[in-house]
Amino acid sequence: MKLLVCVSKTPETTAKIAFTNNNSEFDTAGVQFIMNPYDEWYALVRAIELQEANGGTVTLINVGTADNDTIIRKGLAIGADDAVRVDAKPGSALFVAKQIAEYAKGKDFDIIFAGKETIDYNGAEVGAMIAEFLDLPFISFASHLELSGNVATVSRDIEGGTEVLEVATPFVLSASKDLAEQRIPNMRGIMMAKKKPLNVIPPVAFEDLAVINSYELPPAKTAVKLVNPEDMDELIRLLHEEAKVI
Amino acid sequence: MVLVLAETTKGKFKKAAFEAVSYGYQTAQLLGTECAALVLGTASGAEELGKYGAAKVYHVQDASLDNLDSQVYTAIISELVGKLEGTVVILSHSSTGKSLLGRLAVRLNAGSVAGVNSLPSVEAGVFKVRKPVFSGKAISEFELRSPNKVLSLMGNSYQPKIVGAPATVENPNVSVPARRIKVKEVKRVEGITPLPEAELVVSAGRGMKGPENWGIVEELAQVMGATTACSRPVADADWRPHHEHVGQTGIAIRPNLYIAIGISGAIQHLAGVNNSKTIVVINKDPEAPFFKAADYGVVGDLFEVVPKLTAAYKKFKAEQGG
Ligand SMILES: Cc1cc2nc3c(=O)[nH]c(=O)nc-3n(C[C@H](O)[C@H](O)[C@H](O)COP(=O)(O)OP(=O)(O)OC[C@H]3O[C@@H](n4cnc5c(N)ncnc54)[C@H](O)[C@@H]3O)c2cc1C
Ligand SMILES: Nc1ncnc2c1ncn2[C@@H]1O[C@H](COP(=O)(O)O)[C@@H](O)[C@H]1O
Repeated sequence: MKLLVCVSKTPETTAKIAFTNNNSEFDTAGVQFIMNPYDEWYALVRAIELQEANGGTVTLINVGTADNDTIIRKGLAIGADDAVRVDAKPGSALFVAKQIAEYAKGKDFDIIFAGKETIDYNGAEVGAMIAEFLDLPFISFASHLELSGNVATVSRDIEGGTEVLEVATPFVLSASKDLAEQRIPNMRGIMMAKKKPLNVIPPVAFEDLAVINSYELPPAKTAVKLVNPEDMDELIRLLHEEAKVI
Repeated sequence: MVLVLAETTKGKFKKAAFEAVSYGYQTAQLLGTECAALVLGTASGAEELGKYGAAKVYHVQDASLDNLDSQVYTAIISELVGKLEGTVVILSHSSTGKSLLGRLAVRLNAGSVAGVNSLPSVEAGVFKVRKPVFSGKAISEFELRSPNKVLSLMGNSYQPKIVGAPATVENPNVSVPARRIKVKEVKRVEGITPLPEAELVVSAGRGMKGPENWGIVEELAQVMGATTACSRPVADADWRPHHEHVGQTGIAIRPNLYIAIGISGAIQHLAGVNNSKTIVVINKDPEAPFFKAADYGVVGDLFEVVPKLTAAYKKFKAEQGG
């Protein structure tokens, strides 16, 4: 089977969030970047498990500039077979999805994996967009996936529960927690990753429809009001009269 | 036109549906146009959406639409939008809305913004809207440059308002394509408000020491009518079910009240809860980072504090007359 995994780069989860250039750009100074956890821990690992069980290939795709190669190599070290990088600054979600769909078109991938969302822009949009460009079914927030022949049984997280769904390949899926167990690349994987193909391809032209003009930090929180642990009536009073939440 | 998808669960409108219609109505006012609501699948009381500002309600009453299939929903919505240029589609930022937003953006050739939390601004024809990014650690302002637009509205960020009377419900003549995704089963935790929709949340972490101690947390949640949540290590250790895990890798919530019990307040945990309106932290360590993000703090042993809080709440409720 042919599997495609979309991987993105995000600031490390404890990174300081600041902006430059008149608050129009994210300040990357001193920020360490990682592979988006949903892509690395869940989508990629489940794809590799399916490949191990059924044979075939796992291809990684990233839309980004050359500094993303470290992250792509990490994905190869975890176990993907090859990788493609569309050499462009990722603009809007629509731009990214268009690039990935253009690459995937006509290549007969059985399943295209994305993460549930990127932890920087929190969009959860790219997977659905790829599915629409390619006219494929889309299952979001998948927490379980079993394959029998070309029919997949997928659990999907919904508010307060789960849907169990059945769909035939090809389809697009977005991975949430529990789809797989995180894998740490070993030395052998890291060595092999250096020899695996990473193809850099040019982007197709596409005009962005949504652009970010500026950023701001949320208003600073006022200092915490401490309540005597012996006096929970006081806490209730504050929640009722001051915060007005109960 | 502004077209709002009003979501239901088991035939009943979600709170998020009224929020989305209200938001849609205000957006339509800004744009000088009308707001219509769309209901897909089995539902009763669709005319009520008129009260929140829907001038018209379309209801496609087909049981195959009771569960989402993003291709089918997209086909119906885009058929309704038809050739109308300049339509703003508004969805809830829910498991349904999030799965549709991107598809609709492609189909309608529309700029999209996921998870907006305030009204757009329209000045000199420029459409701008803001949304939290970096898991709530910043806010970004988007400009949408296409005639059609798609937005999803973050839950509990816009207060529904009654502005009118019940609307007439129309059954539009649209084709409903066959589903390619088959629903085998829907499992729902009954009787509890799901976390993303809960206004009151009682959450606990590793400070609880073990799953056998959760009785005091459950009792507090029960007397308050709150939903329970937990930190990631607690779910990872199977002390609590995975759907309770909040944070960067769990779910992001924004209740009116978040009570954090024995949770240190790691940045990845805060990422999922820092948009809550009011945060109460109960922790025995006065240096716990969570206190910096809290509105109210109690420095003390949770095993003593939580039962006292439950008792105080019971007393409060009795005084309120039930
Ligand atoms: C990439 C990444 C993603 C992550 N995503 C998430 C996420 O989504 N959600 C999440 O929660 N975490 C996440 N984490 C983990 C996070 O960094 C913390 O490890 C975790 O939140 C800690 O959980 P905790 O506060 O329950 O436990 P601890 O950090 O162990 O804190 C326990 C707290 O309980 C207090 N305590 C102990 N006993 C008592 C008592 N008797 N009375 C009162 N207080 C007491 C202690 O003072 C302490 O502050 C992530 C980590 C990484 C690296
Ligand atoms: N630049 C990118 N390159 C490749 N895949 C991406 C990129 N951006 C986002 N994705 C994929 O789309 C998913 C959802 O991203 P988003 O819609 O930005 O929340 C991510 O988890 C990735 O799988």
